Amino acid sequence: MILSEEIKKSLLAAVWFMFLTFPIMVIRVNTVQNIVEWRWKNMLLVGIAGFFGSFLGRSFFRQKEKGEKKADPNTISVAALVQKITGNQRLSRLALAVIAGFVISFPFAFSLYQINIMISALIYVMLGLGLNIVVGLAGLLDLGYVAFYAVGAYAYALLNHHFGIGFWTALPIGAVIGAFFGILLGYPVLRLRGDYLAIVTMGFGEIIRLILENWNAFSRGPSGIAHIPRPALFGWEMSLEMSTKYIYFLMIGMVLFTIFVVNRLQHSRIGRAWIALREDEIACQAMGIDKAKTKLTAFALGATWAGMGGVIFAAKTTFINPASFTIWESVIILCIVVLGGMGSIVGVVSGALVLILLPEYLRAFSEYRMLVFGVILVVMMIFRPGGIIPDVRRTYQFRKEEH
Amino acid sequence: MEPILAVKNLSMNFGGLRALDRLDLDVNQGEIVALIGPNGAGKTTFFNCITGIYTPTEGDILITPPRNSVQRINGLKPNTITELGMARTFQNIRLFPKMTVLENVMIGRHCRLSAGILGAVFQGKKVRKEEERAVTDSYAVLEKIGLAQFVNDLAMNLPYGAQRRLEIARALATEPFLLLLDEPAAGMNPQETQELNELIVRIRDTEKISILLIEHDMKLVMSLSDRIFVMDYGKKIAQGAPREIKSNPVVIKAYLGEEFHA
Repeated sequence: MILSEEIKKSLLAAVWFMFLTFPIMVIRVNTVQNIVEWRWKNMLLVGIAGFFGSFLGRSFFRQKEKGEKKADPNTISVAALVQKITGNQRLSRLALAVIAGFVISFPFAFSLYQINIMISALIYVMLGLGLNIVVGLAGLLDLGYVAFYAVGAYAYALLNHHFGIGFWTALPIGAVIGAFFGILLGYPVLRLRGDYLAIVTMGFGEIIRLILENWNAFSRGPSGIAHIPRPALFGWEMSLEMSTKYIYFLMIGMVLFTIFVVNRLQHSRIGRAWIALREDEIACQAMGIDKAKTKLTAFALGATWAGMGGVIFAAKTTFINPASFTIWESVIILCIVVLGGMGSIVGVVSGALVLILLPEYLRAFSEYRMLVFGVILVVMMIFRPGGIIPDVRRTYQFRKEEH
Repeated sequence: MEPILAVKNLSMNFGGLRALDRLDLDVNQGEIVALIGPNGAGKTTFFNCITGIYTPTEGDILITPPRNSVQRINGLKPNTITELGMARTFQNIRLFPKMTVLENVMIGRHCRLSAGILGAVFQGKKVRKEEERAVTDSYAVLEKIGLAQFVNDLAMNLPYGAQRRLEIARALATEPFLLLLDEPAAGMNPQETQELNELIVRIRDTEKISILLIEHDMKLVMSLSDRIFVMDYGKKIAQGAPREIKSNPVVIKAYLGEEFHA
């Protein structure tokens, strides 16, 4: 009885899917021979996949509902594992040692291609951690984050081009310019929240990109800037391989530095104010927190990391043009934060590694990348709305007071 | 002696709607003052005006913090007013749901701490000391209010009555001289209301904090307050001691109703 009901529902879903995908999966216009191909086999495949997909999906949902009722321990295993590891000193030391060993030996064990992929993943870790300050902690939905990344990259490229300023000088300058632009964006959006803020920041990101694209005299437009020098090490001439490894370790250092700073900020007076702002803006102000100042520091500090990330990106690729800074980048960085776990450092790091490394290693499926991306996002939001590794609040121990 | 809060001729217009109409009110040091009136009379608007969430159209709000001179606070930002020493709670609970109970109270300490960005990153001796102090101070406030058992729980997981008390704890952590409570007993059962009554008196007596509260629970208002102000349609219709208010025909007509008198 129940089974037949289920089969009926699944059949319906299958028919619906066949209908929906009919135009793209079945009809194909062959422009060479000017005929229309009807691929009925695809329709059958979609039907079968739809049937089993909906059948499994619904049984999964039912399981989830059951699990929620009695708090199934299996569903929170990742978070529980991380908790267990960080909670136990010996385990956490062991885990750290393993990670450190892997990180140090990585560039010597893998090819140049792999190292390059890892470097870009690490840049995204840094960007994710920076955006995490704005979105995850302060709760300000920023869709124009890539603008600060672009500002950092162009700051290094242009300063180097015009004044011959080196990487190490450009890095702090990029950070400062990033922060400046963060405040520049922060001021007009002080009163905005939620969707309105998202729209304005998105517009800001596009403005920066359009300026870079069209102001030829300033940024050389779409052709971009080439021959940006790689980071130097006391004027030592390095081969491409050496320099890539160098950037790799530089990036590891930057990520560690970012984690250190963000972690300290998060558990400080400033970090608490950000979280309070995210939780309830009116109550936060009524409790004596300066809303404007708190928002501006969040924007500025978030943008600082994007600025530095931009400088490193420019140094790594030696060529930049506006095409690297489209809104799509902002969306990916936002996905890293949301998927990883808003406000959680471990979450954002793992989110960045998963979202950047997976597509690289799944090149075979590159045609379906967007599809997989969408499916992952939907599934994550249903089953783990808090992200891969959600944020856990710090607890304090007090001895029982004697009365 | 100057009243610690003196509101004179306060009006607030929303477009063509006059939510507050030339209102006068004052609170003296060590008093518990209640503000009552039917729903929509403008009580919460009044609170929002004196705590800086709205800027009043006309009138003066003067405060006299202890060991300080008179100050006009019209149009100041809410956080500045909290820093000056007026802390409030909200009618519909506005805690920080995903922060722990202790962190909620520590937010209250925020304006009495000073660590900046660099301080937070480098965590020098001074900052670490300050942070430790903030934790112990906040814990002390929780103990006073009787919430110490929940210290590491998320605020959203607290029972309703405890959430109401946590709002008071958070407000107390800002070291106010005047505490503004917006319907603190709303939704509480009789026992919780009784405890709240004792808590408010205790805050006034031991912490030397004056209290201005909005409340609909007449039993609580009558037993608690030294003086009562009654509002209707944005105007003050009566003021006085509980006994006078109880028998005031205008108040009975507008708000209390005949059966209360019986």
